[in-house]
Amino acid sequence: MDLSFSKEDLAFRDEVREFLAANLPADVKDRSDRGLHPTKEGQVRWQKILNGKGWMAPNWPVEYGGTGWTITQKYIASQEFGHASAPIATPFGVSMVGPVIYTFGNQEQKDKYLPRILNSDDWWCQGYSEPGSGSDLASLQTKAVRDGDDYIVNGQKIWTSYAQYADMIFCLVRTDSSAKQQEGISFLLIDMKTPGITVKPITVIDKEHSLNEVFFEDVRVPVANRIGEENKGWTYAKFLLGNERTGIARVARSKRQVERLREIAKAERCGGVTLAEDTDFINKLTRIEVDLMALEYTELRYLSMIASGKQLSAEPSLLKIKGTEIQQRLTGLLVESLGMYGAPYEAERAYEGRNEAPVGPDYAHGPMAEHLYLRAATIYGGSNEIQRNIVSKMVLGL
Amino acid sequence: MDFELSDEQNMLKDSVERFVKDNYSAEARAKLAETELGFSQDHWKKMAELGWLGLPFSEEVGGFGGTAIETAIMMESMGSGLVLEPFLSTVILGGGLVSEAGSSAQIEAIIPEVIEGNMMLAFAYAEPQSRFDLNDVETTATKSGDGYVLNGHKAVVYHGTTADKIIVSARTGGNSRDENGISLFIVDNNSSGVTRRDYRTIDGQRAADIKFEDVTVGADALLGEEGGAFPVIEKVVDQAIAALCAEAVGAMQAANNITNEYMKERKQFGTPIGKFQVLQHRMVDMYMEAEQSKSMSDMLAMKLGLDDETERRKAVAAAKAQVGQAAKFVGQQSIQLHGGMGMTDEYSIGHYFKRLTTLEMLFGNTDYHFKKYAALAS
Repeated sequence: MDLSFSKEDLAFRDEVREFLAANLPADVKDRSDRGLHPTKEGQVRWQKILNGKGWMAPNWPVEYGGTGWTITQKYIASQEFGHASAPIATPFGVSMVGPVIYTFGNQEQKDKYLPRILNSDDWWCQGYSEPGSGSDLASLQTKAVRDGDDYIVNGQKIWTSYAQYADMIFCLVRTDSSAKQQEGISFLLIDMKTPGITVKPITVIDKEHSLNEVFFEDVRVPVANRIGEENKGWTYAKFLLGNERTGIARVARSKRQVERLREIAKAERCGGVTLAEDTDFINKLTRIEVDLMALEYTELRYLSMIASGKQLSAEPSLLKIKGTEIQQRLTGLLVESLGMYGAPYEAERAYEGRNEAPVGPDYAHGPMAEHLYLRAATIYGGSNEIQRNIVSKMVLGL
Repeated sequence: MDFELSDEQNMLKDSVERFVKDNYSAEARAKLAETELGFSQDHWKKMAELGWLGLPFSEEVGGFGGTAIETAIMMESMGSGLVLEPFLSTVILGGGLVSEAGSSAQIEAIIPEVIEGNMMLAFAYAEPQSRFDLNDVETTATKSGDGYVLNGHKAVVYHGTTADKIIVSARTGGNSRDENGISLFIVDNNSSGVTRRDYRTIDGQRAADIKFEDVTVGADALLGEEGGAFPVIEKVVDQAIAALCAEAVGAMQAANNITNEYMKERKQFGTPIGKFQVLQHRMVDMYMEAEQSKSMSDMLAMKLGLDDETERRKAVAAAKAQVGQAAKFVGQQSIQLHGGMGMTDEYSIGHYFKRLTTLEMLFGNTDYHFKKYAALAS
């Protein structure tokens, strides 16, 4: 057991720090620090810079373009990214479908899609949830019927993040309605420009447009776009969800949120002193901070187990549960720290063409938007209640 | 960065686990806790033979040269069986203070005896008014001739009942809450002027309130620098906190395993109660608390050696706060999930609950350490 950093690790930390200081665009950093949704243009610009440095996909095998970093280096990089409010790559391509493609895809699919993911040439979105299939994902109804070298897809997906930006969608579809629920599902990669696809926006409680409904009407998808075997899609889908859970703790971002809270608390006044001197406030912040430390070292402990060749079962669900609970407690406390200036709120587009900034102190712009959006954190990626079911079954054997 | 154990550390873990399995069935422990001594001299001898009592001491004095990591490995396994022998009091606290602050004569006189299992120690630091503050010392040591005269009242001295020597914090200068002016003294338990009130604690252990009335000790009883003991006390108490965190992890994991098994066996409404989702989610929360505590305990064992004092102290406060909170939750919910069975003294789960309850309060409870962390972080 050892927590110390080697000389090489410290040199790596300096390298990451210097790279971010020199290359992270100020506008991208500002949005990310405030917790606002990225713009497509800003996010792609930043991801291309990351890819230029070779740092787009730290978790990929080196042969496909991964960095080959040790777990210590990955930890250091994520700490530095979090501290600098450098956005991590949108997950749908690099964290979700990418690993599915290099693990289960054929050579042609790897050659075609992986470089485009690395260079952010394709923006991917995730076609999992349906109106009738949320937590009960395997009940999905979108159908794909074989017709020569194509599938004909009909159905609807929902809660699709950033589908309005997407060039590609990876989709779970039913290819055998007679089989048991989980056995008749296939995994398709679909070009969003294919005729018959319609994207309809959903306005979210933060008044922004990040979610969508995606409709499929007689959409022709080449069979060559299927990952792996027909009717084995559930295996690939579960693999993807397992990958999703490890990154979802967002420890480094939450550590940055603690810093922001301390900054705001020094500026806000409360009962004639600063909020930073208010014992009730500090007590709440301290409790979150200590829980966050416990989460941080749990994530590191699991990464260390994986690196030493141990097999984890559903332990990473803990990271999802605790990580998202902490994210919500932090944005809740951020809003609380603003006092009355938590209340003024308009959608971002309301400011377009207006020559005035949002009302209140500068740091008041962001926390409520993020607080509202992150109510989704305990729902997406398998709700926290579903995660508890998974741990109960897989780890505790109940 | 690495959380894995070396081969040598795995051997230590296996060997402590075997000891617990062979000697600490629920029945055996309950019997032992009821004896007058409250633990077993035979076990103590066996621990000495296995080299465990020399675990943290340097090889020059016959020890094993282990770090906080080896101590944590040992304490975690001991926690799983609620081991009663005074390892923490004698080896970590008493032995720790002597090896940190002692002269070579004091070290040579005491540490080999501890390692051999011939001498037990206890640390008398708390006082009725001090609560958890190590600097709140009203016991006095007044210079007299070559030596000192001690007067005062020490509270809840774990294993003060059986210790051959008691290490006492006493004020040789300063005001009652000053960090400066605190000294340590090695006092024979049977010295004239020492009066003990021995009692049992809720966790099956033994402790004493000890009064010192004009207790005369020689100059050689002074442990370390006169008036300068506070940093040493803090350092050794930090080591004890790390050891207690590890013990709590072992106890929580064991309590969770017992509860988890019970949920598979106990049937109500024609089905095992482990099939009820509301109970499953409770059990998952208990499991997650124990997992988080394990991570904090490992983190602390690794960080205790840090030179950065603030980082080290933050790690101690955060770990004790988190582990304390978890210990309370796991202990209380273990009883709840057992229903009426959890209330019976005969069944093991209540004993885990009781030890977890004291672990939460020893060396500062959860609130105390959250405050400490907040002060260090601001």
